[in-house]
Amino acid sequence: MKLIIAIIQPHRLEEVKEALYKADVNLITVSEVLGHGRQKGVTEVYRGFKETGNLLRKVRLEIAVNDNFVEPTIKAITTGARTGQTGDGKIFVLPLEQCHRIRTGETGHEAIG
Amino acid sequence: MVTNGSANGSGLLARWVLVVIVALGLAGSVFAEEPSIAQATAPAPRPKIDSGDTAWVLISAALVMLMTPGLAFFYGGLVRRKNYLSVLMQCMIILGVLSIQWVLLGYSLSFSPGSNWLGSLDWVGLKGVGLEPYPDYAATIPHQAFMIFQAMFAVITPALIIGAFAERMKFSAFLVFTLLWATLVYDPMVHWMWGVGGFLRNMGALDFAGGTVVHINAGVAALVTALVIGKRKSIDKHPIPPHSLPFSVLGAALLWFGWFGFNAGSALGANGVATNAFVVTHIAAATAATTWAILDWTLNGAPTMLGTISGAIAGLATITPASGYVGCGAAMVIGIAAAMLCFLFVSVIKPKLGYDDALDAFGVHGVGGALGTLAVGLFACKAINPAGANGLFFGNPRQFGVQAAATAVTAIYSFVATWILYKLVDVLIGVRVSDKDEAMGLDLTQHNERASTMLE
Repeated sequence: MKLIIAIIQPHRLEEVKEALYKADVNLITVSEVLGHGRQKGVTEVYRGFKETGNLLRKVRLEIAVNDNFVEPTIKAITTGARTGQTGDGKIFVLPLEQCHRIRTGETGHEAIG
Repeated sequence: MVTNGSANGSGLLARWVLVVIVALGLAGSVFAEEPSIAQATAPAPRPKIDSGDTAWVLISAALVMLMTPGLAFFYGGLVRRKNYLSVLMQCMIILGVLSIQWVLLGYSLSFSPGSNWLGSLDWVGLKGVGLEPYPDYAATIPHQAFMIFQAMFAVITPALIIGAFAERMKFSAFLVFTLLWATLVYDPMVHWMWGVGGFLRNMGALDFAGGTVVHINAGVAALVTALVIGKRKSIDKHPIPPHSLPFSVLGAALLWFGWFGFNAGSALGANGVATNAFVVTHIAAATAATTWAILDWTLNGAPTMLGTISGAIAGLATITPASGYVGCGAAMVIGIAAAMLCFLFVSVIKPKLGYDDALDAFGVHGVGGALGTLAVGLFACKAINPAGANGLFFGNPRQFGVQAAATAVTAIYSFVATWILYKLVDVLIGVRVSDKDEAMGLDLTQHNERASTMLE
């Protein structure tokens, strides 16, 4: 079991969701985060005072998958999120020790799907 | 790094235009002050100013002023968070820039006696527009009271168009387009309908508070800009939901409130016609809001907040030209018809035709304005306003023909002239932001600001 965490551009979320559904990955958690990568953020100006290097809005996906779904999931996220510009984001894959479905008490592989 | 849309070469022209306008505004106000002070202190007998009329028109001007920020919130709540400020900014800068344009040039082009087609330059910089009444427009209030009341109309009309090109127009191009449109489309249209000698006015066309001049005019212009600028990215694949409907409700409430000044103030006096306009305005808004909610409930499964406020605005836009000429029963019919027709346009016809009028400026204002202008030809009644005319249902079918002609003239001129101006600005500056800026949002890329923070 793996936990896939992806940081993507907010405006690519719909495309990523679509690509994930096509790859039969239906259970995702989405949150709004602030991030600062190689892109260096933006300059904001308030009454003449500049604020540089501010954080940009990003979207964070968390997807727990069984091992055979890791590659399709990564592929789907990449397809949906890539624009070719800096700021497209990152995908992290982490080992996942346990998974419990609260409603049924199922654990492991069964609980993930 | 993010490229800044207003800091590149194309923005220079817009900024330069803005500076020139402000400079001219200062110069204009200097030479405008002399005649008005001279008039105010002249011992000669004056036409009688009525304090009640003057108070009502000044308050109405303030009410109409509040409609533009109201519109900003109405539209602002409907766009995505990343474009929130851009819509507020477009509305608020119009309040600045077009007020200056109006004082310097617009009022003269619109209302000074000129030809049948356009006013003269006699009142440029408010020269001769003083504190005495100008009886051709309003015999019981100072001329400047009429001027400032009309200034608020000149401000909100181009602001209505913003709904069509929201979320994708370059700020510099927006400024240049808005100034050109106000000068070459709005001002002549005002003269045709309301100015002394205007050919639609001479023809007997009735437009109490702006069904043609404001709503058809801005609505058709909105359709044109939506067609020329093209659709927002990704709109075909996913609907774009409003980011904050409570803000839109606040905006709609301010619009409803301000509309009492817009319509009842157009009586230019505190009298029976004003009261009639006030009452039918409220009836039409209430009826249309309720009708739209019922339509939503029946056809889409639930009564929606957005539907209800859309209905209110549709009713208000539709009753506008009729408010000084029709009675309470007619106002109810107009409200129901407004909600049904505008509902049909924004939720059935627009998706079929496929243009991206982002916030339905055409579907609500253009369609409602046309319906209301035609309704005058049906329901107008001289018993309500002796200065008006009877409509078809009161034995005068000719009035309906006149109203239809005024509707057609307004729509055709607005369509053609807006198309030319918008294309011109597109060639000179480019109306659309880059794909990257559109994805990032106009707040950060056009204004270097964001509407709200996420942390702290």
